[in-house]
Amino acid sequence: MVEERLKAEVRDLNFYYGSVKALKDINLSIAEKKVTALIGPSGCGKTTYLRCFNRMHDLYPHNRYEGEIILNPDGLNIIGPDIDPIEVRMRISMVFQRPNPFPKSIYENVAYGPRVRGVRKRSDLDERVEKSLRGAALWDEVKDRLHDLAFNLSGGQQQRLCIARALATDPEILLFDEPTSALDPIATAKVEELILELKEEVTILIVTHNMQQAARVSDYTAFMYIGELIEFDKTDKVFTVPSQKLTEDYITGRFG
Amino acid sequence: MTDKDIKKRIAISKFWDYTFMTIGVLSTLIGFSVLFALMSDLFVNGMSRFTYTFISSYPSRFPEEAGILSPLVGTTLIMLVTAFVSIPLGVGAGIYLEEYAKKNWLTNIIEINITNLAGVPSIIYGLLALGLFVYYFEFGQSILTGGLALALLILPMIIMATREAIRAIPKHIREASYALGATKWQTVRDHIIPYSMGGILTGVIMGLSRAIGETAPIITIGALTFIAFLPTSPVSTEFPYINFNWLFDPFTVMPIQVFNWVSRPQAAFHQNAAAAGIILLAMTLVMNGIAIYIRYRFRKRIKW
Repeated sequence: MVEERLKAEVRDLNFYYGSVKALKDINLSIAEKKVTALIGPSGCGKTTYLRCFNRMHDLYPHNRYEGEIILNPDGLNIIGPDIDPIEVRMRISMVFQRPNPFPKSIYENVAYGPRVRGVRKRSDLDERVEKSLRGAALWDEVKDRLHDLAFNLSGGQQQRLCIARALATDPEILLFDEPTSALDPIATAKVEELILELKEEVTILIVTHNMQQAARVSDYTAFMYIGELIEFDKTDKVFTVPSQKLTEDYITGRFG
Repeated sequence: MTDKDIKKRIAISKFWDYTFMTIGVLSTLIGFSVLFALMSDLFVNGMSRFTYTFISSYPSRFPEEAGILSPLVGTTLIMLVTAFVSIPLGVGAGIYLEEYAKKNWLTNIIEINITNLAGVPSIIYGLLALGLFVYYFEFGQSILTGGLALALLILPMIIMATREAIRAIPKHIREASYALGATKWQTVRDHIIPYSMGGILTGVIMGLSRAIGETAPIITIGALTFIAFLPTSPVSTEFPYINFNWLFDPFTVMPIQVFNWVSRPQAAFHQNAAAAGIILLAMTLVMNGIAIYIRYRFRKRIKW
């Protein structure tokens, strides 16, 4: 189904919040340098699924993974019990639902990832900050006020700052968790445009509850329903000739 | 409902509205006027003794020669010891409990106990300090003992303030740090501590301003009520220039001095007590003022 090289392969993934099974036997291939969208009604587990990829669930007690998420090319099992979540997060970055910049300067926000990775030299940091801000199409707007507080930016700018912050870590996969749900239409358009540019460089996984958004930005679409993967295919196929009745009902707005 | 009914209903509701407002205003006035009366009484009594010599003299048998030099120095040094011990311990424990400790029955018990400790009468801390520091460790009735006793007293307050401040940091900020690959310690050092600093410092200063007025534990450990000398100077001209002998010197503090003067029959001593009371009050107010300022400064920078 996926013709490109695979960046990640999800095999029989089950996930539990305590005794509640939130994800059921999910199998999915993530194509390298493509955008894979996860859609589905609220509570279907798409965010839960996304957060497996950078082990965010490890931050809270009583969460448990089963199965494998193989990260290529080296075949690292992201959710393997002996794998340090920090190693995973060093390679896979995330942009959250609501812009969540640190209460620090624009510069410090972007520089934080490199700093955690041991970059100390000012010139190296400067370079990475500029490159990332350019990558997030924010450089021209903030280059004269890099040391202003990030909170002084507008919501859309803050979200692009968060994208720049994630880019500064040179991620292999970039996770987006409904990145535009708190943004106005113009800011949303900018972020979507950005996602299309970014996929030249990086593999992208995006959760969205906006089906038009999935159709606009993604190459592959996975439809989830109550913790199960119902359908996964090329985006234009999912949206034109879905193979499952449930998918069709959802994308035509019969429920959701 | 007719127009008349509606008007009647509104009138009844408004009546209760006004009634409650009147009760509220009265309660506020009573509290405020009592405080005002206390303060003005202090000022009227104490103002005449409010001179520089009052601050620079030792206590004396003669009320007009008596001053508050030794209790003022005593209180300052005690606060120094208290701050030095309680801040790292309290903040450290708060951070550990909030960020590191697993949430299980053991941490629940610890949490309940800390809350309870904050409500333990201060004299109990005095008894503990008497047994532990005076008799067991043989620190004597010294500045060290007094400082440690007060540090124990305000430790629960600082722990709770630290935890509150940390809990006010939204989950998504913490997640942002971890998602970038930060370790727990990096997250604590670069985010948790800086963002909760306002709340922590406010709690610390509130704790210290409570400690500054505490008398019971200091009396319990047997601090002297009459001290006409200063502790050993911490700096000297000879090597190693700094010493900590002052920690083991006897001391007195402001509230004890006030208590001492009030319990004397002569009216002139009562004036001294009032004047010392003003200074103690001013110290507390300044500390609370600093706390408010710090909170304002930190809040301005951080809005979630």
